[in-house]
Amino acid sequence: MTDTLSTAVSHELDGNALLDAYRTMRTIRAFEERLHDEFATGEIPGFVHLYAGEEASATGVCLHLDDRDAIASTHRGHGHCIAKGVDVKAMMAEIYGRRTGSCHGKGGSMHIADLSKGMLGANGIVGGGPPLICGTALAAKQKGTGGVGVAFFGDGASNQGTTLEAMNLASVWQLPAIFVAENNGYAEATSSTWSVAADNIADRAAGFGMPGVIVDGFDFFAVHEAAAEAIQRAREGGGPTLIEVKFTRYFGHFEGDQQTYRAGEVAYARENLDCLKRFRARVTETGQVEAARLDAVDAQVADLIDAAVEEAKAAPKPTAADLETDVYIEY
Amino acid sequence: MNDAIRKVVMPKWGLSMTSGKVTEWIASEGDEIADGDDLAEIDTDKIAGALESADEGVLRRIIAQVGEDVPVGATIALIAPADVPDAELDEAALLAREELDSGAVAEVAGPVTGSVEVDGRTVCFAALGEGEETVVLVHGYGGDKNSWLFVQEPLSQSHTVYALDLPGHGESTKDVGDGSLDVLAGAVLGLLAERGIERAHLVGHSLGGAVVVAAAAREPARVASLTLIAPAGFGSRINAGYLRGFAEARSRRELKPHLAALFADPGQVTRQLADDLMRYKRLDGVDKALGALLGTLLDGDEPALDVAPLLSEVDVPVAVVWGRQDAVLPATNGEGLDDVEYVERAGHMVHLEQPNAVVVAVNAVTNRR
Amino acid sequence: MARTISYREALGEALAQEMERDESVIVLGEDNAGGAGSPGEDDAWGGVLGVTKGLYHRFPGRVLDTPISESAFVGAAIGAATSGLRPVAELMFIDFMGVCFDQIFNQAAKFRYMFGGKAKTPVVIRTMYGAGLRAAAQHSQALYPIFTHIPGLKVVVPSSPYEAKGLLIQSIRDDDPVIFCEHKAMYDVTGDVPEDSYTIPFGEAGVVRDGDDVTIVAIGRMVSVAEEAAKQLAESGVEAEIIDPRTTSPLDTETILESVENTGRLVVVDEATPRCNLATDISALVAKEAFGSLRAPIEMVTAPHTPVPFSDALEDLYIPDAQRVANAVKTVVEWKR
Repeated sequence: MTDTLSTAVSHELDGNALLDAYRTMRTIRAFEERLHDEFATGEIPGFVHLYAGEEASATGVCLHLDDRDAIASTHRGHGHCIAKGVDVKAMMAEIYGRRTGSCHGKGGSMHIADLSKGMLGANGIVGGGPPLICGTALAAKQKGTGGVGVAFFGDGASNQGTTLEAMNLASVWQLPAIFVAENNGYAEATSSTWSVAADNIADRAAGFGMPGVIVDGFDFFAVHEAAAEAIQRAREGGGPTLIEVKFTRYFGHFEGDQQTYRAGEVAYARENLDCLKRFRARVTETGQVEAARLDAVDAQVADLIDAAVEEAKAAPKPTAADLETDVYIEY
Repeated sequence: MNDAIRKVVMPKWGLSMTSGKVTEWIASEGDEIADGDDLAEIDTDKIAGALESADEGVLRRIIAQVGEDVPVGATIALIAPADVPDAELDEAALLAREELDSGAVAEVAGPVTGSVEVDGRTVCFAALGEGEETVVLVHGYGGDKNSWLFVQEPLSQSHTVYALDLPGHGESTKDVGDGSLDVLAGAVLGLLAERGIERAHLVGHSLGGAVVVAAAAREPARVASLTLIAPAGFGSRINAGYLRGFAEARSRRELKPHLAALFADPGQVTRQLADDLMRYKRLDGVDKALGALLGTLLDGDEPALDVAPLLSEVDVPVAVVWGRQDAVLPATNGEGLDDVEYVERAGHMVHLEQPNAVVVAVNAVTNRR
Repeated sequence: MARTISYREALGEALAQEMERDESVIVLGEDNAGGAGSPGEDDAWGGVLGVTKGLYHRFPGRVLDTPISESAFVGAAIGAATSGLRPVAELMFIDFMGVCFDQIFNQAAKFRYMFGGKAKTPVVIRTMYGAGLRAAAQHSQALYPIFTHIPGLKVVVPSSPYEAKGLLIQSIRDDDPVIFCEHKAMYDVTGDVPEDSYTIPFGEAGVVRDGDDVTIVAIGRMVSVAEEAAKQLAESGVEAEIIDPRTTSPLDTETILESVENTGRLVVVDEATPRCNLATDISALVAKEAFGSLRAPIEMVTAPHTPVPFSDALEDLYIPDAQRVANAVKTVVEWKR
């Protein structure tokens, strides 16, 4: 059942939608590159895992979603958050451990969430998200909202029992769920060519009785197209789909990773495969969006990220009074 | 056995009681006993209370020892006039002892429970006795039909005695509508109608007192007499703090201190009482019902009810019983009423603390014509 | 009205009444209906012990059988709870927490705090615990202390049919994740249970018996063991106060401390193994907060630090019984400096 989709026909995106998609991808890229620089200064606490290079996946999928729909993410979750509409400044403040952050400084990079936007949280546990998405999809199905659940997970999580159990359950219950395996080539420092016993993660879909597709993760249009089909099928009661998105992450597993296990694939990808470059080339060549408008977006995004960092640094940290609040709703 | 020898049996206080223990014999062998005298302290796993004598004579033999678990209905003592020979009492005592030891005690019939539908609400009741005339017992705010346990059985010896759960209480529907006296009086009258009781003696405690007055005013022909025990709706004083405390308490810990206001003897406030009341308060809908009824009882910190005008319209025998130490509706509230019997060593819950005073008053008023 | 019904029936009634009241309540778990996809009857089982029997037909589409995939369906219950449902998932045996614990303690328990107070996860995980059915090491443990240890979870251990119904309804209406631990040897225990719906608030201990000589705090099924011991002790003139915390998280510390301040002696009876269990937790609480009231060292009656054995000869020794409780009480009552 596995198909390989190359760059397919764009799914009816008008100029504004394309510009939105570009803005999202650019925001993610700028956010992550800035974090890469800021982390090096030592000012950002804890663990940070960057999504740069993978922007087309979160953006191409989430462009189809609205507030009925929920997504679950991974420890590499900033891109999913931005694509699902979480406030960028609140995210930055959260990563800086500030009280003004999305989670008031109690979650950090690995736990940014905004349930009002259907963003069920970045997740520090590999394979933590897919079972949860069965639940949000079940809720949508029970309530008849037409909503879907999307579980983003990595090649590492594709080997977790939770992910496999969740795919089976979603198929057994015919849930409106989409499983997006973001295969960036590495689970920590281990290559997916070694850790995933199948040729492709998407091949596993057959074992769960659901369609599986492979898409070029550097190609926004390919992701967008595959997601469109899967999401439409889910909304119409056709059950779950597994989409494997293949690409390379631009940074290490975490900030500080020396990446001695890698060869030169990042430089090659940045130069020849990069999703933003390809997007820009395509939409300007077809005349759908003028380059100047893209440039304007770049500038706006840069300003936004500057402001986000500046505000985050200036924001207050949580206080002792916050330590024991919000463990329970009522206790 | 000589008919002059009267058996004192383990009483059945409430539906679930199957046995009890004498924790103390108040009377001793040889004591002269009058009707209504306290004979013994009885303890069940749920409640403790004093057993009052229903006979007069001399306490001739004690059968059940302190601490002995005795089934309901079993003979625990014998009362007889002084001239009955000892030999006859020895024989009767031996039989009673054998019965107790064998465990072959005939089961005592408890109240018959049932329910009727009134205005879309289920009204539950427990009926006891087969007397020609009917007595209906109406509890107060937060009470239920079981609060009459010490009164219903003695009254049932001469009457058919109904104890009901008002809407919002016990096992009845918890919806009380606007919580008005009219809704509650309607439930009492509805019970009479549904059970085919043409005329009944109504006994009401506290809020129930106001309810039975309202019922009598609404359908005077159905009411043979009224016994008002610490009734609401008379006088100018009310313990608003108690009422709100009771309504708002969320746990046994919060509730228990308020309950002290109910009794002259603080020892009556047992953990079991508080537990039972919490079981009631936890039922869905009770919170809302108690809130609505609070509005019926209170206007700010003042009494909201005045049923004296209603009572003046009613032409039936009326008895009023009030505990001297009532801290919820103080006894001075009875000043405007005729022939109030003030009961010593009783707080608001006269029928629990001094049940005999209530039994005597009801028996007297039901015999008045 | 109150009738005598079993622990099993009380639980089933709580589920049915809540499903009737609130259509966002759903039930899911292995064989909660039973017979899914099979040629014979559907609703064949109603859960392995019949608690959910009958709900499948009464509430169409709201009782979901699951594959044997605890991570997936417990996680699904948690995810659904974040999205507007009030799922009651049945984790058949508490021992199976081992295959789905991440979803409970890293996901459900932490959402609210980790997301800055913005998440609401009203999920109930019903699960069977306890020894006594010769079910051996992987189907008999009393693992509620592990859940009690986790901030963000509420843990309920009902000791009777009355508590079972009221606490389950409270669990379903509660907006936090609740682990509801049913003792597998109690399903046929009967007791008075009101027909109406009612809730028992969390963090309010029940005082099962009054006494001035010693406080016995007992968890779950151990409450009835303590009552049996107290009856024996009363014959020798020792009156024990028995406290049933009902919920181990939150824990009603006040009722325990007040009682110990009165009795001066404490025995804790906990079916869990002895390290870091409720017995040690409550003992530490009392030692710290009521040290001045203690007239004797605290006694703990627990299972031994072993897996649950299979053979009846061993399992009967493993489970705390009334004699051991009575002996512990005698030790504290007779203790002299």
